[in-house]
Amino acid sequence: MKNLKRFKKGWGILPVAIFLMMWEIVARLNLIPGQCFFPSFSTVVMEFYYLSANKVLGPNFLSSLIRVLIGFSAGSIAGLLVGIIMGWKDVVNKALNPIVSLIFPIPALGWLPLLMLWLGIGEALPIAIIFICSFFPILYNTATGIRTVDKNYIQVARTLGASDMKILTSVVIPLALPNIFTGLRLESGMAWRVVIAAEMVAIPTGIGALMMKAESLMRMDIIIVCLVVLSVMCFSFEKMFAFIEAKLTVHLR
Amino acid sequence: MPSIRLENISKYVCRNVNLEVFNEEFLVLLGPNAAGKSTLLNVIAGLIKYKGSVLFDGIPVDQLLPSKRKIGYLFQDLNLFPHLNVTSNIAYSLKIQKQPQNEVERRVEELLQMMKIKHLASRYPKRLSGGEKQRVALARALAMAPDVLLLDEPLSSLDVQTSKYLRMELKQLHSSLGITTIYVTHNLTEAEEIADRIAIIESGHIEQIGEPEEVFFYPGSEKVADFIGAPNILDCTYCHSLSKGVVEVGCGGLSIIVPDDGNTVKKIALFPRDIYVSERKPPGPSINRFKGIITKISTVDNMVRVKVEAGGNQLTAEMQHHIYQDMDLVVGKEVFLILKLRSIKIYRDEER
Repeated sequence: MKNLKRFKKGWGILPVAIFLMMWEIVARLNLIPGQCFFPSFSTVVMEFYYLSANKVLGPNFLSSLIRVLIGFSAGSIAGLLVGIIMGWKDVVNKALNPIVSLIFPIPALGWLPLLMLWLGIGEALPIAIIFICSFFPILYNTATGIRTVDKNYIQVARTLGASDMKILTSVVIPLALPNIFTGLRLESGMAWRVVIAAEMVAIPTGIGALMMKAESLMRMDIIIVCLVVLSVMCFSFEKMFAFIEAKLTVHLR
Repeated sequence: MPSIRLENISKYVCRNVNLEVFNEEFLVLLGPNAAGKSTLLNVIAGLIKYKGSVLFDGIPVDQLLPSKRKIGYLFQDLNLFPHLNVTSNIAYSLKIQKQPQNEVERRVEELLQMMKIKHLASRYPKRLSGGEKQRVALARALAMAPDVLLLDEPLSSLDVQTSKYLRMELKQLHSSLGITTIYVTHNLTEAEEIADRIAIIESGHIEQIGEPEEVFFYPGSEKVADFIGAPNILDCTYCHSLSKGVVEVGCGGLSIIVPDDGNTVKKIALFPRDIYVSERKPPGPSINRFKGIITKISTVDNMVRVKVEAGGNQLTAEMQHHIYQDMDLVVGKEVFLILKLRSIKIYRDEER
């Protein structure tokens, strides 16, 4: 039984293995014209090794990671705070909702030209972009989560003697966690997509910048290494929040 | 425990409602949906703003917050906090009041024992059955030892058996704790089983208030009579025991066999839904079967009511429309009425 379970778990790797094998075969047999545009899987793995060993990938990755962590943390904390206040206080919601509704649909990268002029090209630019990218969706999800908590729970807590602040912290926020985490999970991945875009356009360091340099040198293998790193980071961040969410909301589902 | 008085309460459908609930009484607020039952509970709890005055032991509490009114409130959906386990749900109010940890533990333990849910202490609400949730919610409502217990249709989502069992437990609990209790329901059987007094409310107006038998046998208005099922009330002129368990009573020209519990039967109530009409003489012994003449046929809410004159009494029987259509009933026709022994309600005098 245990073996069968292990086999079933391992079964998911098979399509990935087949894909990598096909990739290798197609590249090696030169089935796609212009081999330099289509490096084999093994070439990409070797390039990953060289970039890591020569301390090219590490510092660029670290630059991107720090930007994501700062921008995302600031955006999420601000989004959570404003979202909680908007969701809890109807008067604040009525005041801010029209503004948020107008700004929320603007794609994060749409702010780039404006921010380039306001902040200049430097570290603050990608951080600001990630902040904007995280802030609005997290605010929106948090406010919705707080607002949609069943009012009867609030009434129950009130009859049990809880103050408004206690109701918010002990009942409303815990019950809004699934919504709050939906925002955090989605935006944690999005922060990586945005930082790469910002670095590609304007910043000389980071994974995005490395990709742009590789493009000018026509180094497809480096570009693919960067894409894989990006994909792994998006996936890891989303999975990390999904894991925390599952732990914290296990009794709500 | 306090008596509760509502003076000229107006909120939503309720208009100038006056109501008095005695000290340690179990009052059932009975009425159809949207009659204003839950509104009155919310007013007493102070959960909504209202016009009028609520007095506990003659002292107005209108300015007090819900948390200061010493109220335990059991909501219809129970609303156990899903992120807290049973122990934490029960301890919620105690922790809010910042009681010492050992006092919290002692009180929770006491309530777990009282409600017979000790084995559920570490479970979360999603893993509890309907009856278990009900007990936990009640324990939570009782945690701060309230003076008044408000119960808003707490058993409505349970199956008949569990509901009946918990009703009995609730009544026992009330007797032992002596908390002034108001129980909201639209279920007549529930009200009858559990109430010291029943207040019938309709469209935000208290139509009648009295002991269950009083409400059944002396409905104060046509609305009340209709709500409780428009029973046929018959005065009994004589009553003598036939054997242990059954007694024969005389109502006009009819002698009816009813269950006996040693008391003199003064009146009986026959619900129209519990009287069967037959065009032919029913087989078997002619106990609680009577010949009569149809005097009126009317339709009420998709049901057909047939009024029959039998032994000098006007008895109304009720049947579904499709059954009526299968029969050939007309005014003036001779029919037979069959009464269900166990469905006859009895108004008794003191012991024989």
